[in-house]
Parts: sequence; structure tokens; C-alpha cells
Amino acid sequence: MAKTMETTTGATNVSTVTMGKALNLALHDALQNDSRVLIFGEDVGKLGGVFRVTDGLQDEFGAERVFDTPLAEATIAATALGLAMKGFRPVAEMQFDAFSYPSFQQVTSNIAKYHTRTGGACNMQLVIRIPYGGNIGAIEQHSESPETYYIHTAGLKVVTPSTPADAYALLTAAIADPDPVIFLEPKSRYWMRQEIALPMPPAALDKARIAREGSDATVIAYGPTVQTALAAAEQAAAEGTSLEVIDLRSLSPLDMETISASVRKTRRAVVVHEAPVFMGLGAEIAARVMHDLFDVLAAPVERIGNATIPYPPARVEKLFLPDADRILEAVDRTREY
Amino acid sequence: MAKALDTKDAREAKPPRGSADSSNNSGDSIAAMLDANGVLTAEAERAANISDEELRTLYRLMVVSRRLDQEGLNLQRQGELGLWGPYAGHEAAQVGAAMAMAPTDWIFPYYRDFAMAVCRGIDPGAIMTIFRGLTHGAWNPNEYRFAPFIIPVGTQVPHAVGFALGCKLDHDDTAVLVGFGEGATSTGDWHEAMNFAAVFNVPLVFLCENNQWAISVPMRQQVSGRIADRAAGYGFPGVRVDGTDVLTVYAVVRAAADRARRGEGPYLVEALTYRTQAHTTSDDPTRYRTEADVEPWKSKDPIRRCAERLQARNAFDDAFAQAVSEEAEQRALAMRQHLLSAQTPHPASAFDLVFANPPESLLREKAEFIEALEPERGE
Ligand SMILES: Cc1ncc(C[n+]2csc(CCOP(=O)(O)OP(=O)(O)O)c2C)c(N)n1
Ligand SMILES: [Mg+2]
Repeated sequence: MAKTMETTTGATNVSTVTMGKALNLALHDALQNDSRVLIFGEDVGKLGGVFRVTDGLQDEFGAERVFDTPLAEATIAATALGLAMKGFRPVAEMQFDAFSYPSFQQVTSNIAKYHTRTGGACNMQLVIRIPYGGNIGAIEQHSESPETYYIHTAGLKVVTPSTPADAYALLTAAIADPDPVIFLEPKSRYWMRQEIALPMPPAALDKARIAREGSDATVIAYGPTVQTALAAAEQAAAEGTSLEVIDLRSLSPLDMETISASVRKTRRAVVVHEAPVFMGLGAEIAARVMHDLFDVLAAPVERIGNATIPYPPARVEKLFLPDADRILEAVDRTREY
Repeated sequence: MAKALDTKDAREAKPPRGSADSSNNSGDSIAAMLDANGVLTAEAERAANISDEELRTLYRLMVVSRRLDQEGLNLQRQGELGLWGPYAGHEAAQVGAAMAMAPTDWIFPYYRDFAMAVCRGIDPGAIMTIFRGLTHGAWNPNEYRFAPFIIPVGTQVPHAVGFALGCKLDHDDTAVLVGFGEGATSTGDWHEAMNFAAVFNVPLVFLCENNQWAISVPMRQQVSGRIADRAAGYGFPGVRVDGTDVLTVYAVVRAAADRARRGEGPYLVEALTYRTQAHTTSDDPTRYRTEADVEPWKSKDPIRRCAERLQARNAFDDAFAQAVSEEAEQRALAMRQHLLSAQTPHPASAFDLVFANPPESLLREKAEFIEALEPERGE
């Protein structure tokens, strides 16, 4: 974990932190502020998680509140369900994206449906944290973008931060929300640094954010691709094109108001994600924009994402990941239509 | 540093047992309650001190449950239920286990545990609305300390582990019971749950209602070895009991729950019984078994066996039997009436239960649904 630079001004604590540290602080503060919060998963205790997001938490809060579990993702998720029924606020960690799949039945058939199944009597106030996405030179199973599986399941809220500040604010909100939240952490951005000021109000769990204002086209991104989109917007600006960048933050529900307002203004939209284009979130956004703004659009919505292939080996992954050039080419296509 | 969750010491004091037959006579005091047939010994029966009145209550609940089950079949045949899953043959296991738990304990049932729900005081007519297709959730689990019926096989088992872990963290004087069939013991979730329960030493009683069939798949094609012995592999004890004898199930589960409440960890009870009816009303058992397969189990009917036990205690007479059967008739009638008068929920209510804190987009979707459903209202 990168070291932090801290300055204290009044009650506000301002420091420059990585996203990993911001998540760590959010977990720390949640444990401190709410005695019902529990953290568990594989290697989250002494080790502090393979990405050190839970670093130091077991030492400070004890092994009854921050604990390692046996290696069994279905039961990690199911245990969260049972603890939520008992009135705890479990925050469970899946070690990597593809290793959340063993828990899929518990998440889709039970966690997502339990509130309905109990006539609203049992809240599933729990968070499942999942590091996701590629671009870290990893071996197979460690670079996937599983968001479509989760957003296609009614009953789950799915959010992903793109900055340290949002990491803190969204995770805080996710833990406080009475519904189950799949919290996707863009692992290639764990080391991204930003100055944050604490205490920070929790973010809304259903609102997108305009990451950069612009007028010629809207680039819709989330998680790891927001920085890529901002880099593209910077390049475009140098060439005289003004791009608006939306950071979705919430993948389910989808903040169509923010998207529509932006596209109504720019008349052009490009959706960018690491997940395959086929049935990716871009498909839903394109369909909604087409339906709601058919008469406004100057060009078809462009989508950028992976090919319909298993995530490629590390040495070639960059060819399949969205980058600024691919975004700018897509913007050009919308402008030349 | 606060104390760790697992209680290594307790486990080291009770090492897992090895051989197949050891789990019924392993020095575990619960196993010692049973004879070679998995029936409560006379000595253990005396020690358990179960009154005639308690046994009569168990009998009564079994007779009522049997009658409600029959009514479920009737209702399905009359087209009033979409599906019915009969539990005839399971009465001793379900009533014995549910009644063995203290009212403050929790039960995590599987879909066939209707009689357990009845024991918990949930209105049978309300439960039936699930099978009529009116709702997915017919009771408040917190009110009855009874979790919802779970359909994906085996997946409720780790829920009970999580809940029991919560009881332990809260230092509650609460034990948890989880029900499942023998088919469920093949799922990964079941094995994971057994392991978690042992590692975290939670106050949980695993109850396997081994009815010899998972739809059409017989026990011998489902499980190699004995389910009760599985517990030893995870480091805690298990017993196989005669699941058609309500007194045995009651005494054994009560002892296992007491043990759990004392902080001695999980326990596995395999209750041997038989599914005398079809898997559900959608099933056709003639394709995979014969009447001759079912026949030997008829002599092990839980209700008859309980009556015999009561007779042996001189606690059974015609007046009692008559009163019980009248009660069963009345309750079946009340269930039918409740069910048939249950209102169909407004279809838009399906939107209301998805979240505790629904996003605006879902509320809009609901409004659009209502408008499409009732255009005149929108105008
Ligand atoms: C995960 C899953 N797979 C398949 C099914 C379909 N199914 C329902 S009940 C059942 C058999 C279960 O047998 P068992 O666990 O012995 O319980 P029983 O029905 O005999 O009481 C099957 C295969 C299911 N509900 N869930
Ligand atoms: Mg079975």
C-alpha cells in the first residue's frame, strides 16, 4: 500500500491515497462506526487481502469482526446472507472476479431474491466486494469483467468506483444500504492516487457523475475505463474536440437521466467497457439511448469493449482493452456519420 | 486482539472418528442414546424424561400434518394448487425435530418441511398460497424464527451456518436447525456448509431427512457410504436414527440442540425414512419404483409407531384418537378455506418487494407496468 501524505485541517482530514487505501479507510470507518459490520473472505485477516484492501483491520478490530474463511465462495456468500438475517452487516470479499462464480447460485437464487421471498421481512444488507477487470498482466481467471452476470439479476445493486474518493464514498454507501450490493473494484486502478478529504458524505448508489464536461460527444465509461476516457478527452481537446465523459458509478440501476441529458446535448454517444461488447452494458445503454433519443441522435451509438473471446493472455491483453485511440476513433465515427 | 472465531481446543479434544460404524457408538453421548437400529434405548427414553403429554402433542401434530398433506394433494387434484410436494412419511422427522427446538431457536427448512412450519405455528392456509402461485414468501421469518422454504437444493444449509455464526457472535442462547434431503448431501454447498460449521464451531444441528429418493434417483446412486459418517470427516459427530420414530428424533435433536447451545458445535442427524408418495404432483413414480419397493416401509408408518409407543405407555385411547382426528379434519377445512379465500395480489406488487430501498428507475418501471395494465387509469 502506498504511503499516505496527511495534513489535518480542522475536523477534516485531507490526504492523498490510493484507491486501495481509500477502500481500506471506508472499511475501517464502517467497522468503527457500526459494531454490526463484519468483514470476511479468503486471506482478508493477517494478510490483509491479496490487494491489501483489508490491511490492518483484523489487528485493530479483532478476529471476530475481520476473519478468514475456508476457501468456499458459495458459502462465503451464503454466510453473508445468514449473518444479514441475524442483523449483521457483512462485507464479504471474493478474491478475484472469476472466483466469484462458485458463489453465483447463492447470489442469484438466494441473496437477490430473499427480500421478495420473505415478503420484505428480511433485508439483505450485505456487500460482496469483487476486484475485477484486466490490464494487470495477470494469469487466466484474474482479469475478467463479470458485471453483466450481476446486472442482469434483479434484486442486486451493482456499483463500481473509478477514483479513490468515489471508492470511499460508494463503499460507505453500499455498506449502509439495506439491499445487497455487488461492489466491483477496478483492480488496475487500485494504485491510482487522489487527494481525499474525510469525513466524506456517502455517495448516492444510483447516480452517475459527469467526470468531464463537453459538447461534441458523450463518452460513457465506468470503473477502469473512466481514466481511459478522460485521457481520450484530453487528447481530443488538443485537437479541438470537446468530449463529455460520464462515470456511471452505478451499473444497476442505470442513471439514464444523466446519460440522456448529456446525449441530448452532444447528440453522439460512445460506451466503453472492458467486458465483451456482445451483451455488455453498452448494449443496454445503446438500446435505451436509441429508444429515448431517436430523433436527437446524429449517429448510431458506438460501443467499445472486448471481442467475444475468453479474456486473452497478458502479453496481448492491451490489444483487446479499450484505449484512448479506440475511443477517439469511435468518436470520429459518430462525427463522420 | 479479540478472540479468534474457531475453537481449535474444543476440536482437538474431540478428534474426528474413523470407521464407518463408529459414529453410533463413539463415546458421543447422543450416539449412546441409540440401539443398533437407531432407536432410542429404553434407558435413554427414561433419561430423556419425555412426558406422555409431550408425546401426545407429537402424535397430534403428526396426525394433523398427515391430514394437511392429504388436503394438499386433494387441492392440487382439484386444480386449486399448481404443485404439491407430499411429505407423508416425513412426519416423525419433521415434527420430532421442529418440536425439539426451543421456541427461541431458529429453523432453516427445505421445500418439503411443511410440517415443521405447522409446528412453528404458521397458518397452513398461508403456507399453501406459495403452492397456489400467489406468493414466494408467505410468512415473516423473524416472527416465527423460521426461514423461507428454499428450492435450490442444498443452498439453505450454508445460510443456517451464517445465521448460527451470528448467534455465536451475539452470544445468544440460540441453536439453529437446518433441514435437507439426502440428495442435498451431494451438493457442494452442503459440504462447504459442513466444513464452515465445524471450523467456526457454530450452534447448528444438521437434519438429513433421508427418504431414499431424490426424485427418481435412489439412495444407492446418490451416496456411497453413510451420510451420518460424513460428519466425522469434518470433525464433528453424527448419528443415523430411525426417522420414523418421532420419540427418537425428538430426543436426539433435543440433545444435539442442547449440545450446540452449550457451545459444543455442530451435529449431524441422519433420519432414515421413506417418501411414500410421488416427489411432487408433477412426478410419476411408476417409472422408477414399484409398490413392492414401498411396501416394507408401510409397517414403519410414523403415526402408527407413535400410537404404539403411546399404547405401551397406556397413554392412548379412542377418545384421544377421535379428538385428534377431529382436530385434523377441522384444520384441513380451515386450511382449504383460508387458501381459497386468499386474494390474488395486485400484479404490480411484484415490484414492491425487490428492494428495501428501491431505486427510482424501478418505481418508474412499476408505474409504466401499471399504466400498460390499466390504460383507463392512466387517462
Ligand atoms: C440445485 C437444484 N438442482 C435440481 C433441483 C431439482 N430438484 C428438486 S428436488 C430434487 C431432489 C432432491 O432430493 P432430496 O434432497 O433427497 O430431497 P427430497 O425431495 O427427497 O425430500 C431435485 C433434483 C433443484 N431444486 N435444485
Ligand atoms: Mg430424498
